[in-house]
Amino acid sequence: MIEVKDLQKSFGDAHILKGITTTFEKGKTNLIIGQSGSGKTVFLKCLLGLFDYEQGSISYDGKIFAQLTEDKKRDLRADIGMVFQGSALFDSMTIAENVMFPLQMFTKQNKSEMMDRADFVLKRVNLPDAHNKMPSEASGGMQKRVAIARAIVNNPKYLFCDEPNSGLDPKTAIVIDNLIQEITDEYDITTVINSHDMNSVMEIGQKIVFLKEGLKAWEGSKETIFKTDNEVVTDFVYSSNLFKKVRKMYLEENK
Amino acid sequence: MDFYTLATTNYLMQYLHNIGVYFLMVVEMFRKPTKWPVMKQLILKDIDDLIIGSLGIVSFIAFFVGGVVTIQTALNIDNPLIPKYLVGFATRQSIVLEFAPTFMSIIMAGKVGSFITSSIGTMRVTEQIDALEVMGINSLNYLIFPKFIALTLYPFVISIAMFLGIIGGLAACIFGGYASLDDYILGIQTDFTPFHIVYAFIKTFLFAFVLATVPSFHGYYMKGGALEVGKASTTSFVWTSVIIILLNYILTQMLLS
Repeated sequence: MIEVKDLQKSFGDAHILKGITTTFEKGKTNLIIGQSGSGKTVFLKCLLGLFDYEQGSISYDGKIFAQLTEDKKRDLRADIGMVFQGSALFDSMTIAENVMFPLQMFTKQNKSEMMDRADFVLKRVNLPDAHNKMPSEASGGMQKRVAIARAIVNNPKYLFCDEPNSGLDPKTAIVIDNLIQEITDEYDITTVINSHDMNSVMEIGQKIVFLKEGLKAWEGSKETIFKTDNEVVTDFVYSSNLFKKVRKMYLEENK
Repeated sequence: MDFYTLATTNYLMQYLHNIGVYFLMVVEMFRKPTKWPVMKQLILKDIDDLIIGSLGIVSFIAFFVGGVVTIQTALNIDNPLIPKYLVGFATRQSIVLEFAPTFMSIIMAGKVGSFITSSIGTMRVTEQIDALEVMGINSLNYLIFPKFIALTLYPFVISIAMFLGIIGGLAACIFGGYASLDDYILGIQTDFTPFHIVYAFIKTFLFAFVLATVPSFHGYYMKGGALEVGKASTTSFVWTSVIIILLNYILTQMLLS
């Protein structure tokens, strides 16, 4: 579980995060949603320790990140898996080498043990034959799946995904969403996804945190988001006619 | 404070800030080392990319520039009282003291420096550096330290440049008929000062450090997209060259005067 208390972050005079308090629960897919410029990426980077923040605290299963020594922070980071928006695969390595990379860095496994583990996770993300390809030879969807495989190869406790569906066709996006959901359930990890894909919200949003102008404007789940009267949320989530109709149908069916 | 004073102050502060960040980067590069089996692979790869990959162009340039230095020296000696062996002497001095260590380093700033800046800059743009940081890896150590170690072999490249420059001069001398083989050999042995070789290698070692770190700094701290990677490579070449030329002046003043 990740607990965030009164998180505040500025860049010069620009106050980006204005005091966010929320909890990301274990075994659930937690989504951070909001318009572009609402502070989602900055929030995610603060959670990952890539940005320092001025005020507030972030604790991972009771351990306050800012109070940890450098070594403890390093140990904690070994428990974090991250899927970047652009996949961030290492260009100079094959897909198998990319997946084995966290094992090389953080475990004492020999090469055959690492290969076995890479085989297992690549099969898990439905890429059983991609080992020797270079990232540039893989499609966007394949790259995302490799990034997920790399993120989970070292059995992380926390999985972070920054816009995992960006640039993917709707069918592949659903495959990726389902894969993240399955992995979260299977490994019982805390998954935090930064997204503005409303399909993802409806499909896998077990917990949803809505940010607006650096503040938490709403939080709930995919079930409660249909029923909410919060105008800020409904304006954003149901901005397309299709979703407006879906919501109307849902509300009529569940009167 | 008027506009121009303010702009100049801001500009200077930016430079000072960048110099500070550069030195912090150098310190951080030595901290929290990457696991040795991984580091070993990175060092070998960088030796291949930066050292072995440069041998061809260095050899080609050194050989022909050595030849040109010899021809120009010979053509400028039109006084019959000046002995022919001075052609070899002048070629040796030019190659050993300046051409091989300094001007070859400027060429390497273009070849190796641009490669380092663009490869690290691309990693920055595509979030690969963020990926390393999230994993808890000291990305400065992972990316820059192997380049620094690989470039400690740079004096080896410069030795080859010195040797081939002098051989190029010899070839030009013989085939152009500017002096006999014996005169040239006598010239390159005349008034030989071993400290000149030490001076050249001290310079080379420091230039190697500049070649590893300045382009890395420009790649690592760049912001923006693909276009900025190109701009960072150009800026990196300019600054690496400027620093090499300034260091060359300071070291020559310190070591030879």
